[in-house]
Amino acid sequence: MKVEDHSERTLTVEGWDVRLTTHRLGETWHCKADNVSPGAALARTSGATKEEAEQRALKRATELLIRTRRQKV
Amino acid sequence: MSDYAHPEMLVTTQWVADNAARPNVRVVEVDVDTAAYTEGHAPGAIAWAWNTQLCDTVRRDILSKEQFEMLMNVSSVSRDSTVILYGDNNNWFAAWALWQLKMYGHPDVRIMNGGRKKWLAEGRELSKEVPALTVAVGYKASGPDLSLRAFLPQVQEAQKSASHAMVDVRSPQEFSGEILAPPGLPETCQRGGHIPGARSIPWGKACNEDGTFKSVGELKALYGGEGVDGTKPVIAYCRIGERSSHTWFVLKYLLGFNNVVNYDGSWTEWGNLVGAAVEKGAAQAAGKA
Repeated sequence: MKVEDHSERTLTVEGWDVRLTTHRLGETWHCKADNVSPGAALARTSGATKEEAEQRALKRATELLIRTRRQKV
Repeated sequence: MSDYAHPEMLVTTQWVADNAARPNVRVVEVDVDTAAYTEGHAPGAIAWAWNTQLCDTVRRDILSKEQFEMLMNVSSVSRDSTVILYGDNNNWFAAWALWQLKMYGHPDVRIMNGGRKKWLAEGRELSKEVPALTVAVGYKASGPDLSLRAFLPQVQEAQKSASHAMVDVRSPQEFSGEILAPPGLPETCQRGGHIPGARSIPWGKACNEDGTFKSVGELKALYGGEGVDGTKPVIAYCRIGERSSHTWFVLKYLLGFNNVVNYDGSWTEWGNLVGAAVEKGAAQAAGKA
């Protein structure tokens, strides 16, 4: 199957940049959330719609990012 | 790509689409997120998991020569194979795999420029089919070539003597000590900050938006602007050694620096050492450090 409707957007979650990369493979939407810089993957989800896949990824990313502690420098 | 010092180390996505089925070509996807392959991969590609297949899972180390030979055999890779590596995050762990293949002397290994990101963005074919491989026998590795790898004592000596350019490729917040791990990931060190004297050049600055590597001119400006111009040997480090293998690849094969090593112990080693020198704070402009 070919990748279709590929898109990418960046938003802020819990004070951190999060990039959502979404595409469709057949009837299934896939979404990946990463932390932009450095770029590590936070979540990989799928859903019947783009919104569903992205919401799942955002939920998981939020759960992880909320735990990130900022130190005093 | 022809201006790079070693343009033969890169192939395009189109090259992979055209050549993946050739019998002497083995395409391997190596992702940070090992679930990505299952979702769909370049047709004909196999996968290597960085956390189970590209390291010793008992002690902290890269693969032993015997483990490496076994991986090549089960992957149906012979010494004559052209191995093409690609992966997510602009080839983070593809570069990690390439570093190990080079250490063990595989003659022909290359990276698909742009990685998984470019493959997806171009709307290319994805397959869920895992190729059936005939297990090979008799792969003989050479090395390991330790001129590509830095261990702690070498880094400690280099830090004291300022004999090397030290490149910290983590994010600015990790470099400063504001965070102990990339946002959202578990903290794996006791102290934040960086090795004194290191320059902060985040790995991702070497890439374009589409995941491909920047031009030679842009790379020279990026690293040269921080005093990393190849006149001194270079040590690259990050948190666990994969992002720094990406920078190692750029410096060694795209810019052609002769003496570049990857310190894979990286911050999870240095930041946990009792008594190690640590510097905190944001990066200063080159020449003011």
